[in-house]
Amino acid sequence: MNPCNADIWDWLTQVPDPEIPVISIVDLGIVRNVRWEDDVLNVALTPTYSGCPATQVIAAQVEAKLRDRGIENLNVTTQLSPAWTTDWLTESGRKKLEQFGIAPPQSKGRPANCPNCGSQHLSKISQFGSTPCKALWRCDDCLEPFDYFKCI
Amino acid sequence: MTIDNLALFDYLCRLGDNTLILGHRLSEWCGVAPVLEEDIALANTALDLIGQTQLWLNLAGQIEQKGRSADDLAMLRDVWDFRNVLLVEQPNGDFGQTMMRQMLFDVWHKQYLSELQHASNADVADIATKAIKEVHYHAERSIEIVISLGDGTEESHTRMQRALDLLWPYVGELFIADEIDIAMHSAGIAPDSDQLQSSYLASTQQILTEATLIVPNGRFSHSGGKNGFRHSEHLGHLLTQMQWLQRAYPGASW
Repeated sequence: MNPCNADIWDWLTQVPDPEIPVISIVDLGIVRNVRWEDDVLNVALTPTYSGCPATQVIAAQVEAKLRDRGIENLNVTTQLSPAWTTDWLTESGRKKLEQFGIAPPQSKGRPANCPNCGSQHLSKISQFGSTPCKALWRCDDCLEPFDYFKCI
Repeated sequence: MTIDNLALFDYLCRLGDNTLILGHRLSEWCGVAPVLEEDIALANTALDLIGQTQLWLNLAGQIEQKGRSADDLAMLRDVWDFRNVLLVEQPNGDFGQTMMRQMLFDVWHKQYLSELQHASNADVADIATKAIKEVHYHAERSIEIVISLGDGTEESHTRMQRALDLLWPYVGELFIADEIDIAMHSAGIAPDSDQLQSSYLASTQQILTEATLIVPNGRFSHSGGKNGFRHSEHLGHLLTQMQWLQRAYPGASW
């Protein structure tokens, strides 16, 4: 008897993003599809950035998590299309990012407010930050630099 | 391979080799860029380009059907089999020269991928749709830097004009349509080179004017990279670094 899809999704919410461990890969919106084909479980993942080194780590973690749960026949694939977008971040993922000190993506292309003090006086330091998905910003009031999750 | 697949393989190598060689060039800045933020930005751009290379060259390997992976194509071909344009293999020079090369490439890359998103081949369209999201950020940054350094101090302005004079004659190769480009255009994959060139010239002219720089006169263009006919000497030196591990320890893996 195969575990039901709801259980699989639940287990996948326990797999953290290796670079931003406060959010899970489900929060990040990169699990495209979970599907049984007889007794083989197919999991399709969408890469965030094409060169992101976390992609391979995530695939390995998904595999380890599901094998732990007793799934033997497993096929983890990468699905390029439709291309990942930050619109797929879940609402809870966005909240967790902000609590962690990373400003969540905004459609207007800049952070809404400083994740530390809430101020809206912000300046961009660099379009690129510590990982491909983030830019570096600074709060002009509390003067703390912070990461902003770029909108793509 | 059918004739069409041969042309498609070559075409995909051009796309993948451009991003591979430029990505490698940018990675040479890692740890030595003028300021930390720029060091990180250059390494991030390099990472995006290498990621895109994996997608293009993997697809090339599948089309070729000889069992070559993206790694095989990147690490085990020699100079004459590379299909990148000469612009991307040119040395970094100073930071301004690197950013001038980047802007000249990014503007082309963004316009090219934007057309490729509608390619008749779904795999090509999917990769272009993925890559353009990243390239949008590359272009935004390189344009901003070229403008602020061009319209900067006397020293930065002089260096940026020198970089432009040096690199502009490499731009023309991006728009030379040979039999492969023409075959790919008829197949509904490659965009029309002439149209692309006029929108490219309009965009770069606007950027360079804002940067208070003067586009050199003259229509001469270096060529021979994308057809592999005559790469510059720089590519061989680059490969000795990039391919060193696979050459010294054939078949080494993680």
